[in-house]
Amino acid sequence: MNLFELLAEPLSYTFMVRALAVTIIAAVLCALLSCWLVLIGWSLMGDAVSHAVLPGVVIAYILGAPFALGALVFGFLAVALIGGVRDTSRLKEDAAIGIVFTTLFSFGLVLISITPSQVDLNHIIFGNLLGVSAADLWQVLALGAVTFTILMLKRKDFTLYAFDPTHAHALGMNPRLLGALLLGLLAMTSVVALQAVGVILVVAMLIIPGATAYLLTDRFSKMLLIAPVLAALGGVVGVYASYYLDASTGGMVVLAQGIIFAFVYFFSPRHGLVAARLAARNRRREAAAAN
Amino acid sequence: MNTAEKTVAAVPAIDVQGVSVHYGSVSALEDATVQLGRGRICGLVGMNGSGKSTLFKTIMGQLKPDAGQVLVDGRSPGQARKDKLIGYVPQNESVDWDFPISVREVVMTGRYGHMGFTRRVREADKQAVQQALERVELTGFADRQIGQLSGGQKKRAFVARAIAQEASIMLLDEPFAGVDKRSEGTITRLLREVADAGGSVLVSTHDLHALPELADEAVLLMRRVLMQGSPEEILKPENLALAFGLDPMNRGAL
Repeated sequence: MNLFELLAEPLSYTFMVRALAVTIIAAVLCALLSCWLVLIGWSLMGDAVSHAVLPGVVIAYILGAPFALGALVFGFLAVALIGGVRDTSRLKEDAAIGIVFTTLFSFGLVLISITPSQVDLNHIIFGNLLGVSAADLWQVLALGAVTFTILMLKRKDFTLYAFDPTHAHALGMNPRLLGALLLGLLAMTSVVALQAVGVILVVAMLIIPGATAYLLTDRFSKMLLIAPVLAALGGVVGVYASYYLDASTGGMVVLAQGIIFAFVYFFSPRHGLVAARLAARNRRREAAAAN
Repeated sequence: MNTAEKTVAAVPAIDVQGVSVHYGSVSALEDATVQLGRGRICGLVGMNGSGKSTLFKTIMGQLKPDAGQVLVDGRSPGQARKDKLIGYVPQNESVDWDFPISVREVVMTGRYGHMGFTRRVREADKQAVQQALERVELTGFADRQIGQLSGGQKKRAFVARAIAQEASIMLLDEPFAGVDKRSEGTITRLLREVADAGGSVLVSTHDLHALPELADEAVLLMRRVLMQGSPEEILKPENLALAFGLDPMNRGAL
């Protein structure tokens, strides 16, 4: 079997084509968002919101409402509860986050366990890339297009919000509104990505690509290119690997992204571990030679 | 001078009237009254925790005072922000120096108030940024990542942002902390140019020695405004003792 056949064979199945499409869309969206999350320091918040949407999605399923709506409601509920617990008790934010999102996630698990349904709701938890229906794909496309458009139109405001919210405020912008908008997009993106890798692993796609790109460049505009390209690459590699190894698709996608991160972490020309060690050794040698 | 000019000249650039702010049960500012006229540079002097940052936040409208009112160029702080009047130079500690942004991009954010919904850069914005970079002598460093500047250059980058913004009121939080003498001179000269062009500058500073050269007047703060007057007046040992409990310039020892 040559390389072309290796790549082409899975594409003869519709379910594989849909799986690839959803993976790429989810990977690109999550990667874009992750650039801001990593810089604001919202990785834990991404973890919390992406888990906390679970009960919202289940309730939306029960009521026949759009998943995104349920996810938005519970995403904001999680953020409000976290802020509330943090501000009105002596607990620090990480504890508040840990309490709120695990409780909401558990609520989702309980709802799933008592809800009779034809489709296996456990797919929401672990993802169901190989079972993506045409309707699922359309929903992912629509949500993805809306999120992508808002992110791109307001990217400079989001970046200023991440860098210097006080200046944003001084210019008459509303930093709280920008933050809320970003969290709303986070909830929407979680819905897109849970199709691909499931609620549990969405957070990986929301942190790894931005973190990887941040180790590769000192320009935010370049991060916005590098992160989605690497995330999509990891996604495609993951889907193919799962096809040939008959392994968990969501797991493979995240694993591939993680391996790419590890590679960059060691070998990034500017901010990689090896480059830093080499530079340090050269400095020592020069200092020794100078003496 | 006709009446319109008189009215304009009579409105102070910053008018803080009887402002009190509390954080929970802790009082940060008590009945503070500060006025700053156009074309004036005012130094804000006081210990850590004396309410300098709180005063800045109140002027910018980040904090709503429990009592009193703030007017910026005769308007509410919210309106003044919308009108792009307020330029802010942050403290070193509140900036993420590893952020993947270049000096030019930082200065460009000063122009956001002049841009449309998507902040598309126009030729006028590019020129304003270029001129601001020239005035702070950072043209050769424009494409560096912001963290790869010296302490003084970092400050000048943020001053350039306020200049590019064309802000008529500049608030600077400790601009001379960790700054070399050359940059301090450059920044002092720039602030004087801003003031000569009709702008108003409020600077919090620990550098009491440089105060007379920097500022036209000074405010001595210790949760309340102890006094507002000429730098020479503020720097009298008996006055500094009111704010610091001792003479921080240590002149008694000489």
